Amino acid sequence: MSQSDKDDAVQYAILCYHDEAAVNALSTEQDDALMAELEIVRRRLEHRMGPVARLMPTTAATTLRAGDEPVVIDGPFAETKEALLGFYVIECGSLEEAIEAARQLMAPRMAAGLMSTLEIRPISVFFPGKRGG
Amino acid sequence: MSDLAWLDAALTSARPQALGALLRYFRSLDRAEEAFQEACLRALRNWPLNGPPRDPAAWLIFVGRNAALDQVRRQSSEEPLPSEELISDDGDAETALAERIDSSHYRDDVLRLLFICCHRDLPATQQIALALRIVSGLSVKEIARAFLVGESAMEQRITRAKRRIAAAKVAFETPGAVERSERLAAVAAMIYLLFNEGYAASGGAAHIRVPLCEEAIRLARLLLRLFPGEPEVMGLTALLLLQHARARARLDGEGCIVLMEDQDRALWNREMIAEGLVLVEKALRHRRPGPYQVQAAIAAVHAEAPRAEDTDWSEIDRLYALLEVLQPSPVVSLNRAVAVAKARDPAAALAMIEPLADRLSSYFHFFGVKGALLLEVGRAEEARIAFDRAIALAHTPAEAAHIRLHLDRLMKDSATQH
Repeated sequence: MSQSDKDDAVQYAILCYHDEAAVNALSTEQDDALMAELEIVRRRLEHRMGPVARLMPTTAATTLRAGDEPVVIDGPFAETKEALLGFYVIECGSLEEAIEAARQLMAPRMAAGLMSTLEIRPISVFFPGKRGG
Repeated sequence: MSDLAWLDAALTSARPQALGALLRYFRSLDRAEEAFQEACLRALRNWPLNGPPRDPAAWLIFVGRNAALDQVRRQSSEEPLPSEELISDDGDAETALAERIDSSHYRDDVLRLLFICCHRDLPATQQIALALRIVSGLSVKEIARAFLVGESAMEQRITRAKRRIAAAKVAFETPGAVERSERLAAVAAMIYLLFNEGYAASGGAAHIRVPLCEEAIRLARLLLRLFPGEPEVMGLTALLLLQHARARARLDGEGCIVLMEDQDRALWNREMIAEGLVLVEKALRHRRPGPYQVQAAIAAVHAEAPRAEDTDWSEIDRLYALLEVLQPSPVVSLNRAVAVAKARDPAAALAMIEPLADRLSSYFHFFGVKGALLLEVGRAEEARIAFDRAIALAHTPAEAAHIRLHLDRLMKDSATQH
């Protein structure tokens, strides 16, 4: 990610939530087509884009839950219909810009029939050991 | 895709849960399907206008149930229930109804729906066809195409299978732990059969039928979402992913079989392999080994070898030995012999398959393996006899062509010798 000219640029995480069953219902061809479309958008936003991740299905997830003896649980942390299936990190000058980026990332999903939800979360950059310094 | 692709996707993904709940409610597959159909029709009218409901499955269950009840009441000329337009406009009503549909039943509903397709009197192909029709919601036409049979033949097959399960008694109360695990095992076996039908087709021209494999993986993932802590379900899902990852490399441009050792590993699907390996690792943590986990572990050994010559055949031999204990079968022993031939020596492998001859006397792969082993120890004439037998037993043109390749090579070798 290139350093933004503006001092007030903020990093946003765009978290992608989908109904996992609907994503799984895509055939390999449909999935490939969707990924190709998303790649075009990603390239367009590349100069502001940080890490991008597609998460494996929640069936591949393992959860550690706090307790006297933390418990390892198979599966995702919450049994919800819409699961977190991926995220982008993007640098934007304003929330409006971040929403616009999310709109662009939404379009191919809609075209593929996915009722996705994209959550835009500003990132508070954390430097361990430097807090209050 | 059309603008309404989202609607189609939403209905498809809500189907197992909605149909499963309606089945519990009506205790009749026909009535449940009718109610679901009606709910889908109303969704097609209503959702594009009002937007999709927050919980499509709950909406379909509620509307489907009311539509069916409404019909009954109309027949007895009572007041109709409120229409679904009123329901979906109202967020509160939707929340309430989602709560009323007991979420703890959801898991058992879907399991029951899958389980009724696995009636043990039904032949495997009927179980699979039924699951594709009822659970996956494929049309009869699509299923017929996948099985390479005529549409009317498939229609008949499904109708007959349905009649059979309608007559069978299925328990509708919440199953106990033992019954649940029995159902789970039957369903897992059916999904495995479905995958195998796609992986190595039992007839017809196409050797691999990708849609069947993909549908099996979808059902395995559905089952795993319902039972996320079951190591055997993890193993099953991993196994299917690891096997299917090789699909593009398994046939060449002419549709001929490419053996694993000759496959272009760059064509293997890395994403599926990565997911499969994660699932195997998760399953093994439970220390409750089972046949699917062991088979997945074997597939994982292959997947992890960058080149065929890097394959850890001793590990595969050990895993097959474990599988022989967990699930003794001559086919497992035959596969173990292949690993032994690769890891140690073909002569030992030949000795291992000798006692299997009676039980595998009509098994294509037995004669394929036997021929290859005989060839390796230099018994060409016996190898030819074994290959001839294999050709006679081949199910698909690709299988026959593959063996013929061996025979041609044999002929060439003997021609140069004389």
